[in-house]
Amino acid sequence: MKTFLSELRGAVMVTLALAVVTCGLYPLAVWGIAQVAFRDKANGSLIVEHGVLRGSRLIAQAFIGEKYFHPRPSAAGANGYDATSSGGSNFGPTSQKLNDAIKDRIATYRTENGLKEGTPVPADAVTASASGLDPHISPANAELQIARVAKARNLPVAKVRELVAANTATADFSIFGDAGVNVLELNLTLDRL
Amino acid sequence: MHSSDWLQLAIYMAALLAITKPMGLYLMQVLDANGRTWLDPVIRPFERLTYRVMGVDRTREHGWKQYTFAMLLFSLVSCVFTYAILRLQHLLPLNPQGLGPLSPDLAFNTAVSFTTNTNWQSYGGEGTMSYLSQMVALTIHNFASAATGIAIAAALVRAIARNSMATLGNFWVDLVRTTYYLLLPLCLVFAVVLVSQGMIQNFNGYTKAKLTEPYTIQVPKLDDKGQPVTTNAPVLVQAPKLDAAGKPVLANGVAVMLDVPKLDEKGQPMTTNLPVMVDQVVDEQVIAQGPMASQVAIKMLGTNGGGFTNANAAHPFENPTPLSNFLQMLSIFAIGSGLTYYLGRMTKNQAHGWSVWGAMMAMFLAGVLVCWWAEARGNSIHQALGLVATDGNMEGKEVRFGIFNSSLFAAITTAASCGAVNAMHDSFTAIGGLVPLFNIELGEVVVGGVGAGLYGMLVFVVLAVFIAGLMVGRTPEYLGKKIGAYEVKMAMLALLVLTLSILGFSAWALVSQWGLAGLNNAGPHGLSEILYAFSSATGNNGSAFAGLTANTPWYNVTLGLAMLIGRFLMIVPIMALAGSLVRKKISPPSAGTFPVSGGTFILLLVGTVLLIGALNFLPALALGPVVEHFLTAQGKLF
Repeated sequence: MKTFLSELRGAVMVTLALAVVTCGLYPLAVWGIAQVAFRDKANGSLIVEHGVLRGSRLIAQAFIGEKYFHPRPSAAGANGYDATSSGGSNFGPTSQKLNDAIKDRIATYRTENGLKEGTPVPADAVTASASGLDPHISPANAELQIARVAKARNLPVAKVRELVAANTATADFSIFGDAGVNVLELNLTLDRL
Repeated sequence: MHSSDWLQLAIYMAALLAITKPMGLYLMQVLDANGRTWLDPVIRPFERLTYRVMGVDRTREHGWKQYTFAMLLFSLVSCVFTYAILRLQHLLPLNPQGLGPLSPDLAFNTAVSFTTNTNWQSYGGEGTMSYLSQMVALTIHNFASAATGIAIAAALVRAIARNSMATLGNFWVDLVRTTYYLLLPLCLVFAVVLVSQGMIQNFNGYTKAKLTEPYTIQVPKLDDKGQPVTTNAPVLVQAPKLDAAGKPVLANGVAVMLDVPKLDEKGQPMTTNLPVMVDQVVDEQVIAQGPMASQVAIKMLGTNGGGFTNANAAHPFENPTPLSNFLQMLSIFAIGSGLTYYLGRMTKNQAHGWSVWGAMMAMFLAGVLVCWWAEARGNSIHQALGLVATDGNMEGKEVRFGIFNSSLFAAITTAASCGAVNAMHDSFTAIGGLVPLFNIELGEVVVGGVGAGLYGMLVFVVLAVFIAGLMVGRTPEYLGKKIGAYEVKMAMLALLVLTLSILGFSAWALVSQWGLAGLNNAGPHGLSEILYAFSSATGNNGSAFAGLTANTPWYNVTLGLAMLIGRFLMIVPIMALAGSLVRKKISPPSAGTFPVSGGTFILLLVGTVLLIGALNFLPALALGPVVEHFLTAQGKLF
């Protein structure tokens, strides 16, 4: 009994000690350093224009108009792009629902962008991302949308292509990961012209 | 499978190899009660103070029973601590969203999940957990369960290395030293690096952004009391029109049909109960915030895997760049890999340590290549609809990671018992999803969870030398210690408990209403979802085929039990094994000793792991992912 009580004391006290150190001091230390050294990033890489918060560079927003580049389909929240309810569709490879959704999206994508029936569509354009908040589309996907956006805005295609390139994140150190075009930043850049 | 991807794989392996020895050497100091590190001047006073408030004598060592008892008691106390916070979060501070308390079953599931280093997420991070719950109730276990795993591994390694002794070390000292000297300093640096990549670390409320292009959605109409308004229209069915004599009226020889109200069993007219939908303009986006980086650093290094957000490491805040992704993948394996070096160093047989590492890497690379190949190959059903075939399977993956980094992450997170995900495993191709599932079912001994991977692998080592002993007809020996019936019994017990829990609970769920109600996918993929859930829980992994709706009382309780079984019913026999091994005399190697290093040993060890994994799980896998693979090829949909 005496050993049990002394061990119990150890267990309770170490739980409290760890709570103070790992749950109090540690996150506060990280918070302090982060807020001083990387203030913008630590607060969500927010884009503010004329005092209005337009979104985060890292979080996708919905765009459906023809003068904007369109992000990837989203399964986050009930209506997509819900940045408080991230997630994917979780449909498996033999899911009828997923099959139907991809079929519809391919048809819509081809119509919107004036592509001929049978043109292969980039996979990222018609599949939901893992987070539902993927800020990027593949360069091939952006390329197919350039003509539509240029026409809707009366801009030369070359100019839009230039802006796409300027908003493309290449692989880190040219090695890690895949290139992606940041849709929100690109669309905001277009609106500023 | 591009050349740049192969280069990334090579860099990953090289980086892992490079950190293994330094990590192992540092572990030698951390796991020695009298060890010295360059952090001593800062941390030593805190360590001493902690022992004083605990009333622990750091020089007193424990036998296996006392060591195990201390571990179990600590787990119980800290589990209750977390349960209490989750149930009371609405009364506690740091809850800017005003989130309510968790239900009893969800709080039980979550508390057990984090105590057992599983971090299964029945809860949805940003919508359920207050900042305090994330920071205190969950984070404490990210540290404590990782440190506990490392402590158990250290105790087992000491049992092998010590000659005719009775004690295995002091659990409290191992716990405190691992947390203070190993996990905390690494996490502090790692978290700041992650913030530099774009990960958030703040205590702001959720941010509201004004949308550039507002859009309209349909939402259920609510009445004054906030209840959904439903239509009350009568349900109509078609019935033949009858004349006065009760005969059907015919027109051109065909019965004339009428719409009549449908009646229920009591003869009352039935009405539809559909929600009335109204248009709502969405003109803002609410963005979840929070102290994320500090939690993510330990979730990776401690192979916990519980996400700050629902999408886990796929969320752009939680894994902003390919570089942050690379570092997170490296951190998952860092400590587990270093522990193999620690094993070699402690047993004064470095070749043995590297051989265990080699066996792990052989199985790991096989998994990576199969998963990557399957995902790059894509889904033939979707490709037939008109996708660019070379893009691979992008459903549930992020553009910045692409096919390769998503596949590599999936293999790493399930080889280790991490369970963080940067892509949705549920949406992987059949074979791509089989790899993470099989990785978990092998017992997560491919590097594995911190500590848990090593003690799991050492169980297989004991079996491997036993099998080798039987083959040559000599008493099995492991590093000079004779392996007897008791040791083999304990090793088998530790392994069989896992199999029984995974297959037993899965079978139960598959024939129960509560089990099938949660499915998101029909056909063989549904079986995979349930099998994955109980494999993940028992293996203390925490990743999921996340379509399964597991936040129900039945699932929360059964999965919670599976986690407890997978953690503690495995540790107890392993500690009994350690208690027996530590007392044995180390006899010098003779000509007939089976060498526990080199190619033959690696082959035998890999063979033992695969054989047991295959015998246990191939039948279940054949009914799930394997069947699904062939059905995909035939274009069958469910």
